Amino acid sequence: MFNDKKIGSLYVAPFVIGFLLFTAFPFVASFVLSLTDAQLQDQLGSANFTGLQNYTEMGRDATFQKSLGVTFFYVFITVPLKLAFALFIAVVLNFKLRAIGFFRTAYYLPSILGGSVAIAIVWRFVFAGDGLINQALEIIGITGVNWLGEPNTAMFSIILLRLWQFGSAMVVFLAGLKAIPEDLYEAADLDGASRVRQFWMITLPLLTPVLFFNFIMQIVQAFQEFNGPYIITGGGPLKSSYLLPLMIYEEGFKYFNLGYSSALSWVLFVIIAVFTAIAFWSQKHWVFYAQDREDKNGGAQK
Amino acid sequence: MSQSATTPDNGWRKHMPVINAFLRYGILIIIGFMMLYPLFWMIGGSFKNNQEIFSSIGFIPKEPTLDGFKKGWETSTEYTFATYLINTMKIVVPKVIVTVISSVIVAYGFARFAIPGRKLLFALLMATVLLPKSVLLIPQYLMFREFGWLDTYLPLIAPQAFAVEGFFVFMIIQFMRSLPMEMEEAAVMDGCNSFQVLTLVVAPVILPAIISVALFQFMWSMNDFLQPLIYLSSVEKYPVALALKMSIDVTEATSWNEILAMSTIALAPSLILFFVAQRYFVEGITSGAVKG
Repeated sequence: MFNDKKIGSLYVAPFVIGFLLFTAFPFVASFVLSLTDAQLQDQLGSANFTGLQNYTEMGRDATFQKSLGVTFFYVFITVPLKLAFALFIAVVLNFKLRAIGFFRTAYYLPSILGGSVAIAIVWRFVFAGDGLINQALEIIGITGVNWLGEPNTAMFSIILLRLWQFGSAMVVFLAGLKAIPEDLYEAADLDGASRVRQFWMITLPLLTPVLFFNFIMQIVQAFQEFNGPYIITGGGPLKSSYLLPLMIYEEGFKYFNLGYSSALSWVLFVIIAVFTAIAFWSQKHWVFYAQDREDKNGGAQK
Repeated sequence: MSQSATTPDNGWRKHMPVINAFLRYGILIIIGFMMLYPLFWMIGGSFKNNQEIFSSIGFIPKEPTLDGFKKGWETSTEYTFATYLINTMKIVVPKVIVTVISSVIVAYGFARFAIPGRKLLFALLMATVLLPKSVLLIPQYLMFREFGWLDTYLPLIAPQAFAVEGFFVFMIIQFMRSLPMEMEEAAVMDGCNSFQVLTLVVAPVILPAIISVALFQFMWSMNDFLQPLIYLSSVEKYPVALALKMSIDVTEATSWNEILAMSTIALAPSLILFFVAQRYFVEGITSGAVKG
């Protein structure tokens, strides 16, 4: 609306300054730090340049390899399950139901509260040896497991906490479902297509843009999981829930190895960047934008 | 989705809508109950004594007591829980205010001006949404240490004055783009400058988006744990998140009711705001995904 570039730049200036100072500079600085042996307690000037040593160190660091493995395990289990569940509930909810508002609220609430320390603590109590789940199992005659004390089940509690927060993805799916024109289903009904077939041939293709958005957001979020392992399991037992963000924190602020911690954070960054790049690159093969198709058809008619 | 009721071809088909609705309600109620149970259990547990928490899975206390709240409020430190609640507000309220102001100003620049390098800047804005925060953690810490800001609230608040959360700016840009511009053009004709247009014409209209941003930032800041953990070292400055973490380190083995009671209090502001304003959350989160 306004063409004055100087005034426009003035409005955007806070972002540009903030981006340079709080994002771009720290981003580059952490890579530089990752090439040094900087320690938290020392003056920065006293750090030595060590080249790629921090990165080669990871090849020998069994803790890092364990952490990387459990991080992938966590993300690969959590994200698909969460998206599938969010989509399933959204489809069930997308119906002329009474009290739809009530259900939507009930399902959405956990994703708002779930990131808090308070909920993480409740979760710790729910999964504790004498906690809610084991008490419930006892009633039906099953001896409980020490969920947080066993390497095989500790991660399970964190995964469940994040699955519990499927609401925000569900709300986005629901908005996507509402945007699908009703007449498509009516036409499919006339053609005798079953509900299941309608889901695969109409609903899912038209939801792919929303699925794409949810997938990116969930991947980025899952790789940064910190509160869960820090508060619920402490990363244990035997590092079985020692997710990479927790390791980055502990290397930096518990063991004071700023150089190594920075290198780890760059590995995490590269992993997330690769996943988002693959998602963006592949979207032309599976994400269906209705607008594109209309444009192409329009072009063909001309 | 509505035609099957009108085709009386066989009995099974006739009852489809009823079975369908029955199934849907059944699934929704069972899952909904399981999902909300941990919250019921937390609230109920804060009114129980400790023996009862360990001996019954029901959430309605048999002998309600306020012991959990009384003892929990005193905390194991020299401060009461009120200190931590006030500290939280000292962080969250300024953070929300500067976030809203900076995000609106920057979004206005993006949505209404021809800026040099606009495409690149917008791409950078979106990139900040995807960038993992942990890659910035250590240099930011060192920077704030140089500023002499450790053990103050400044590292938590000051960056927000520069619209560092791309998600919020994006939300407001999307909202502004959906508005017709006649009103603003008329205001310019009447001699308003661009800043007057923003404050007098645009701001009132984008109020729903502003509320969404404020609510999300409120919730996220209430939940924020890692940043206070790194920057705050004196207990007297701890927000609720750190105080709760401290309480499980000290009294977890014995006093679940105290911890559950304080968790309930910690979640109360978010719970109340959520129920009062949930449509703004829903609109906020869907605006980026669907309109965009």
